[in-house]
Amino acid sequence: MSVATADTTSAADGPRGRKPRRTLSRRNIILYGTLFVVAVYYLLPLYVMVVTSLKGMPEIRLGHIFAPPVEITFQPWVKAWAEACTGLNCDGLSRGFWNSVRITVPSVILSIAIASVNGYALANWRFKGAEVFFTILIVGAFIPYQVMLYPIVIILREIGLYGTLTGLVLVHSIFGMPILTLLFRNYFASLPEELFKAARVDGAGFWGIYLRIMLPMSLPIFVVAVIIQITGIWNDFLFGVVYTKPDLYPMTVQLNNIVNSVQGVKEYNVNMAATLLTGLVPLLVYFVSGKLFVRGIAAGAVKG
Amino acid sequence: MRSQSERPNPLFRNLNAKIASIPMVLTALVVFVGGTAWTVLYSFTNSKLLPRWKFVGLDQYERLWSTPRWLVSIENLFIYGALSLVFSFVIGFLLAAMLDRKIRFEDTFRTIFLYPFALSFIVTGLVWQWLLNPDFGVQHVVRSLGWESFTFNPLYDRELVIYGILIAALWQGTGLIMCLMLAGLRSIDEDIWKAARVDGIPVWKTYLFIVIPMLRPVFVTTLVIIASAIVKVYDLVVAQTGGGPGHASEVPAKYVYDYMFLGQNLGQGFAASTMMLLSVVIVIVPWAYLEFGRRGRR
Repeated sequence: MSVATADTTSAADGPRGRKPRRTLSRRNIILYGTLFVVAVYYLLPLYVMVVTSLKGMPEIRLGHIFAPPVEITFQPWVKAWAEACTGLNCDGLSRGFWNSVRITVPSVILSIAIASVNGYALANWRFKGAEVFFTILIVGAFIPYQVMLYPIVIILREIGLYGTLTGLVLVHSIFGMPILTLLFRNYFASLPEELFKAARVDGAGFWGIYLRIMLPMSLPIFVVAVIIQITGIWNDFLFGVVYTKPDLYPMTVQLNNIVNSVQGVKEYNVNMAATLLTGLVPLLVYFVSGKLFVRGIAAGAVKG
Repeated sequence: MRSQSERPNPLFRNLNAKIASIPMVLTALVVFVGGTAWTVLYSFTNSKLLPRWKFVGLDQYERLWSTPRWLVSIENLFIYGALSLVFSFVIGFLLAAMLDRKIRFEDTFRTIFLYPFALSFIVTGLVWQWLLNPDFGVQHVVRSLGWESFTFNPLYDRELVIYGILIAALWQGTGLIMCLMLAGLRSIDEDIWKAARVDGIPVWKTYLFIVIPMLRPVFVTTLVIIASAIVKVYDLVVAQTGGGPGHASEVPAKYVYDYMFLGQNLGQGFAASTMMLLSVVIVIVPWAYLEFGRRGRR
């Protein structure tokens, strides 16, 4: 109700506003009521995760999942981070976390470096045939990964990188290329052409223009690319499980192995703490980046 | 788009651009074209543990289509695909339309609806596995409120398990669809709304007969995005049900992985992944045709 009361003033005092409405119009009650209920539904799983991870097992067995914890304990978090077992290793999710960091950081840097230079070449230095390869790249983004899984296994094995983090970084860079190249190509093409021409007249070359003009002008799009890549690579499961060994599994794979392991007593609080820990990095990126995340989605979704 | 053809010595000057494009060329030719062709070719062989070039015609495909597990996967994909398409469109559009009504706290609501999209499918699958747990989750809560006979246990019911996965998938994915639709709604000229209001057309009619037809391009893009995501669904099933109970929630992507990397039956994996490719082609080609047709007319 209070939400509905607050509405009318701001909706009505804009210069192009409509005629003023009654505060508690039926429309507002229905609109805000629905939105509120839906918002609660979307937030519920997050709430349950947090609440469950802070309870002890006896409390979980007695109470129900929506009840707030009576006695808050951080033991499940400690256990999930440092003691939970996968296979023979009992050093918790921390191993997966650091693997994921070691995968995500170089992958983000490498894929963005390749794709930005590539998009720049496509936008400003077009050569014959470039569009053909670019089209193949974009069409390739729609091919199910399953089709290319095994050929990549063979390629990685040939160059001796199968089962290593370097190999996985390479795979992430390859599959990040279509969307990132598109992103950068469209952005660079939208910059005023005069800038490029002026730099050319002043004698700057390919790399000079890229480093001294394009790069400093394109920080927002680089941030968008970083957001897309961090969340995408951190959340990856398929490539991690296919191209690395158990010791090097990223966090998502290890999380799945911890929670869905068939041995032992199920510790739901530890499972939820582990799940929350894994989701923390992308959630942090999401809540900090705000509108840029939405922009990244729009860039990823709407083709050029 | 800039044309460089008028420059004096394009071959030498563009050498850097060509060097910069080597990763793209390699990815496009070796991985995308080469890898796809390789898999399709080897789907006609009887490769088992290792790829072997022994041509056996369509044997793998015959075996594939007579394997009950594959048939279940396809059936699941159709149920899941059709329902997630309908529901994401309807929910996504309704949410977008509500947010587009010049409301307060729009950013807050959008942030809430979209945050699941930032999460991994593994996280989503595990949370919903917990929420739908029959002994502790929603069913238990409703029963403890006094409704003893209440049954809501999709994850352990062969008939219902795919709907349990659908619930989780919609929770994660509708925010994205909402964002796409909202961007589409924002691109519609304010004058159209004014004109409709002057003519006294009710809001719902304006949506149904004026706005929705105008959003066709957005719908087509959304359709392609949802469809290609549906074919790829894998992590969610692995995390939420592991394909169970029995094989009741298997999907094609999981079939491919299991046969290639666990079952040591590469030929089956290649044949199944080629079928996945085929289904994407069926979706993409008409869309590409429409796109090019539209550009041609412009």
